[in-house]
This record gives sequence, structure tokens and C-alpha cells, in this order.
Amino acid sequence: MATKLPKTDVVIVGVGWAGGIIASELTKGGLNVVGLEKGRSRKTEDYYMVHDELRYGVRYDLMQDLSKETVTFRSNEKIRALPMRQYGSFLIGDGLGGSGVHWNGQTYRFLPYDFEIRSKTIERYGKNKIPTDMTILDWGITYDKLEPYYDKFEKMAGISGDENPLGGKRSNPYPTPPMIKSPAMVKFVEATTKMKLHPYMMPSANLSETYTNPDGISRAACQYCGYCERFGCEYGAKADPVVTVIPVAKKTGKFEIRTHSQVRRILHNGNKVTGVMYTDVTTGKEIEQPADIVVLTGYVFNNVRLLLMSGIGKPYNPSTGTGVIGKNYAYQVIKGASVGFFEKEQFNNFAGAGALGVNIDDYNGDNFDHSNLKFIHGGSISLSQTGQRPILNNPIPGGSPTWGPEFKNNSLKYANRALSVGGQGSSMSYRHHFLDLDPTYKDTFGDPLMRLTFDFEDQDRELAKFLAGKCGEILKEMGANHVDSLKELGPYDIVTYQSTHNTGGAIMGSSPETSAVNSYSQMWDADNLFVVGASSFPQNAGYNPTGTVGALAYRAAEGILKYRTKGGLVE
Amino acid sequence: MENNDEHKEPAKQDVQEPSRRRFLVNAGFAIGGVVVGGALGSIIGRKAKEPAAPEPAPTEEKPAVPANYNRALMFFNQEQFSIVDAATERIFPKDANGPGAKELGVAFFIDHQLAGDYGFNGREYMSPPYFKGEKVQGYQGHLKRREMYDIALQEMENYSQAQFQKGFSQLAGEQQDEVLKAFEEDAVEITTISPSGFFKILRSNTLEGVYSDPLYGGNANMDGWRMRNYPGNQMSFTSIIDKDFKTIAPSSLQDHMAAK
Repeated sequence: MATKLPKTDVVIVGVGWAGGIIASELTKGGLNVVGLEKGRSRKTEDYYMVHDELRYGVRYDLMQDLSKETVTFRSNEKIRALPMRQYGSFLIGDGLGGSGVHWNGQTYRFLPYDFEIRSKTIERYGKNKIPTDMTILDWGITYDKLEPYYDKFEKMAGISGDENPLGGKRSNPYPTPPMIKSPAMVKFVEATTKMKLHPYMMPSANLSETYTNPDGISRAACQYCGYCERFGCEYGAKADPVVTVIPVAKKTGKFEIRTHSQVRRILHNGNKVTGVMYTDVTTGKEIEQPADIVVLTGYVFNNVRLLLMSGIGKPYNPSTGTGVIGKNYAYQVIKGASVGFFEKEQFNNFAGAGALGVNIDDYNGDNFDHSNLKFIHGGSISLSQTGQRPILNNPIPGGSPTWGPEFKNNSLKYANRALSVGGQGSSMSYRHHFLDLDPTYKDTFGDPLMRLTFDFEDQDRELAKFLAGKCGEILKEMGANHVDSLKELGPYDIVTYQSTHNTGGAIMGSSPETSAVNSYSQMWDADNLFVVGASSFPQNAGYNPTGTVGALAYRAAEGILKYRTKGGLVE
Repeated sequence: MENNDEHKEPAKQDVQEPSRRRFLVNAGFAIGGVVVGGALGSIIGRKAKEPAAPEPAPTEEKPAVPANYNRALMFFNQEQFSIVDAATERIFPKDANGPGAKELGVAFFIDHQLAGDYGFNGREYMSPPYFKGEKVQGYQGHLKRREMYDIALQEMENYSQAQFQKGFSQLAGEQQDEVLKAFEEDAVEITTISPSGFFKILRSNTLEGVYSDPLYGGNANMDGWRMRNYPGNQMSFTSIIDKDFKTIAPSSLQDHMAAK
């Protein structure tokens, strides 16, 4: 029998970026909030020994323990999905702060085109430009409408950057100046400027200078130590929920965080949710937490899986294309990249920061003409200097031996003589890319694992080749003596690390027929349930998702406060 | 090398010290005027210094460097150790750049890793049922890494005996390469494990042993890092991030402990 606790105003499931933001906004607004986090607590002091590539970068110390829960994967519906037994393609964050702890801090705004991709593509190229099985959708909200929330997120996190010359209109400049430019980045800027492209500094949550945000939180400047992605920041310089929004919520006295609390079902009655059932993983006891409002703020897989396990919303059916929960799973096309080898120069490749880099958006969104191209959209191209840690970074010229004397010599020689320029390709949604519950494999509680069905399409193969070519041209202009570029994308595999930008499954839109939530991340089918995060992206853009997740979380918080006073679907 | 710097070993003074002072000023975040210490801040704030363990009484043969008690085996038997020691040396050999896997202690590193969590696949999904999957679905076997090593090392030994009538560690270097290549290219018939799958793991584990912090038993004397001018654990690169390439003497996590 589950122990039933007293009712709270709001219960939040997952305390990462989305959960932290919503907790801070709602508690400031006077609501009592309980945050349930399945992982452990985390604090800056935990990162005393963080410069340990093996522990964090290779053995995934900050990631979810896959022995307890993973996902299953298959390329298409004809084959059997099998569990992701070890980490590879993407990493699942765990603990207080979630993926907001181990991220790099690259904080973009999506392009105006991204939010209206379907209508704008048809408007410019006609209906036939979109293949019949490509299920991209407008978001039901425009860039201009979302702009104030981007602004809010950037001010809270202290994003360091300069204006993207090809981006959407901004109401304010970035709150802190851009990061320091390294010699490799200067080379990229000179080369792309010469090529008549539009370079700009990567917007960074690593903090270029000491910053105090509107909530009164002060953080130190980044030290360029080269340990961001997969690591926590020992300075608190990298914006993460634990050093920004969570302390603000806690200070109100209205936020109670319960770690080691894994939510397993959303409870509902008719078209209202009534709370959640969770297991205290330290005791194994089942506990019921009633609430007026439930907010799902977990990683994509957690949000979608909870909806499906709880029987909320209509599950997506790929054979008919009807239903919404699990629909439009998308990813990122990250392999469109090139490596340049410089014989005469060395760079401080060991130094860097997660969001230290320069970008161009000339080949992103619809910033270029696609009339004669076999794909839509594109991706941002960047040179980033995140710190080339030695176990996982051993660039050698393609075709040369991968072990033995020549390998050793090359890998030592090029450790500080190779630079990569990479494309972050967008990922369109397709009718046969989706999430549902696995019929065979279970987690440690006996609940079904999330099953993902996904592969790359012609669109992705064309896009990756195109971006890799552009990256190669830039490296040549930068003076590389030898450039290796991706030749063929190949099938999607879950083994090689690509990107932790999984999206969709509880998508945002303008109609309950085609989407799960409205532009306030409010469930069409249950108005006191909000589902916040990258699960609401109808397809993925050519950027890192966190800036948009943050903006959507601020908007959702506003929606929840409106709902609290007025009820019904928030207009 | 295009090292333009006049000083060869400027690291500690130029890079570490100023950043350390800046760290004391900057570390931590504040809420409502209360500064919460960063990871090091709390340590630095500590006053009481417990007296360190008493120095061993000086003897006449006291070595300059304390004995490395880490260099013993937790998992491999002697034969397995010598195979891994020899094989990893072929993957990352000693050359004019500096030591190879053997001197760096890579086989000790692998032994220690297999004795723990990693060898038991402790944080990986190992629940049944097991099915043969597509390549893109990743490892689907039921064997743990330590079991895989047990089998693979025996198979390497068998293959060496069959081809050259000698155990792997007794073979000439070129013959050892032939054995490794046969595994890499799945030219060995084994029913229990994938030879190429094992070779990939052995290669990854070799690089891990060369480049992980010396605390794990490899990368002896930080020479793995030194060979490629990787400075290891440093508090800050703010003073060089916009500068031309600079060689910085490496520092390990143990140096960090000494920051008390």
C-alpha cells in the first residue's frame, strides 16, 4: 500500500533545468512546490576531483546507472528492439540538476524559421519540398512570442555572447560579453569573414566574467580549465540549475526537494491529474503525492514514458499516423564535420570551455536557398575549443594505422595540431520515428523501458555531406595542410557518441489532433498537467536545445500561474 | 615543435599561482549575500591541519621515490598479466617520443579496472533476454568484461601456440602484431566472443591506461601526458587561452590533494 502524503499545490517530476526554473518561478509566485528527483543530490563541492577524464568522461560518473534503467532501440519497426546496454550515442543525466550539470553550456536561440518550418518551407518552395513521410510541424508559437522568455533565461544564466548577425531579433544584448577568443578561433573568424560568411561568438553559459543575475545569484568567471561536458563545474561558473534557480526556489521556503524519489505513475481521474505515485529508492516504499498541478520536467524519455505508462493522452500509432504521445522523435545530425591537420602550428587544444567557440549560421535554417538541394533546413557550423582531453581525443589522418608505432607518433604529433570544424545538423521528424513502451525489457521496478525507433533518412545523409563539405572548405581557408571530411553518414548507430539532443514525443502544436501540449506546455487532454522540455520540440533545430528548453520552461511557469488563477486551457 | 616561449617550464608560476589567487576571490556563488563555497573553497576555508601521518624513520637505503604499492595484481594471473603487458606495448610502443604501455603501467591499470565496477559491467544493463542484434544496436552479449578478458587472453594464447608454437608473450614483436591483427580483423575463429570486439576494448583500455590520471595505476609519472604536451589537472588556463601554444608541465589530481 502506498503511503499517501498531504496534498501540495504543485509537484514537479525531475529537478533539472526545466524543473528548477519552474520551481523558482512558482515559489516566487507564492505556490508550494514539491520537487521529486530520482537521482542523488549534487553540489559544487562534489567536483573537487572533477578533472578526471576516466571517471567522468569515459566511465560516465554523472550519468544514470543503466543497470537500473535504459532504453531499447531499433532502426525500424521490422526488427526487434534491444536494450542500450552501455552508453554510446547519447548520455542520460542523473541527479539534482539533471543534464544541466554535465552540459557544455552552448546556449542558442532557435531561428524564427524553426518555429514555422512547415508553413515557411511550403511558402518558399511549394508543398512537394516536404516528403510525404516527413511529419514536421509549426510549433504553434513564433520566435517573436518566445523572445521575452529567451531573454529571461539568458539573464538568469548570464549568457556570454555577441549578436548572431543571421539570428532572430533580440530585445536586449547578451547580459555578459563574449568569451575570450583563442588563436584557433581567430583563424576561423578570419577565414569565414574572407569567405563572406557571418561568424559570431558562441553564446556561452560558462560566464566570461563574474555576474550577478536578477535573482541576486552571483557566480564566478570561467577559468577555461577544459572540463565541461560530462563534468560538473568546480567553480560554479557554468550555469547549472544547482547554482542558479534551485537556491532561489529554496530560499522562498516553499520548495521541498526529495531526491532518490522515482516517479512511476501520474495519477488521474477523468481529465484531471491528481498527483503522482513514486518509489523512495532508498527504502523501496511506494508513496503517493497528491497535487493540484503536476509538471513533468524530466529528460525526453522520462516525460514520454511516464505519460504512456500512466495512460494519459492518446498513444501515437505509426501505421495510421494518429495519436500523439511518442510522436515525432528527432535527434541531431552531428557527423557532418571535418578535421584539419596543421603541420606548422600548434594550438593550446588542452585548454578550453564547453561553450568556447565561433559559429556561422549561413547554412542553418532557411538562411540559404534550398531550391536545388535535396534537403531542407541545415545546421550551425562551429569551431569549438572545449578542451581536448587525451583519452577520447586522438585525431589522426584518415587511413593511417589506429595502433602501433605510426599511430602513437601521429596521435602525439597531432594532439595539438588538429582542429575540427563541425556542423550541428537539424533533425526532421518522420512518421516512422517514434517512442513507445518496449514489450519485453523492463527497468528495476518491472516497468517497461522506453523503446525508440529511429534511423537516418535521405534528408540527413544529404545534409551531413553538405555540412561536412562546408566545414572542409573553411578548414582549407584556415590553412590546414590536410583535411579529412565525412564522406557518408551511414545508418544511425547507438554505439558511437553523437549528441545528447534527443527531442519530441510529447510535442507542442496548435491542435490537440496533432500535438500533445499547447505553447504553455499544457496538456491538451489534462489541463492541470504540464509537460516541459525538449519532449515538446516537433522536430529539432540546428542548435543545442537548452536555450529553447529554458525559454519554454519560463513560459510554462507563466502558464501555470495563469492556470492557477483562471483554470482551463491557458490562452 | 613551434614552441615560441622563452621559458621551458613556466607552468607553476605563470599559470597555476595567479589562477589560484583569483580562484579564492572568485570561487563560490552568493545568494542574499551568503557566499557558498566552490569545490575547493570549502577546503581552503579549513583551518585545522591534522598532523600528517608520521614520516617513516629515515633509514640509510630510503629510496628517493616511495615504493609504488599499487603495482600488484587484483585480477589477472601472472600469465594473463604478461600477455596484456606485451599486447598493450605493441598497441602503444616505446619510441623516441617516450615510454610505451609497459613502462606506463597500462597492464596494471587494466588489471585494476577489471577488478572493480568496470570489469563487472556494474552500471550497465545486463538483464536478459539476450538476442543477437544488428551492429547498430551495440553489445548484446551476456559476458562481463572480466569474463571476456579471461576467454580472449586464453584464445590469444591458443592462437599463438597454433601459429608459432610459442605463448604470446614469448613471440617476437612482429608475430605479436600478427596475432593482434588476426583478432582485429576477426580472422580467428572463436564462438564465445567477438575477436574484433575484444580488440577494440583492449585498444580503448590501452589508451585509458596511457592517459588517465596516474591515480588509476597507468600513465606512470604522467609521462603519457608529457609526451603529448597535455598538462593534466590544472585549475585555470585563463592566462594562456588567447595565446600561442605553450608547453605546461603536467599536474595530477594528487597535486590537487596537496592543495590543502
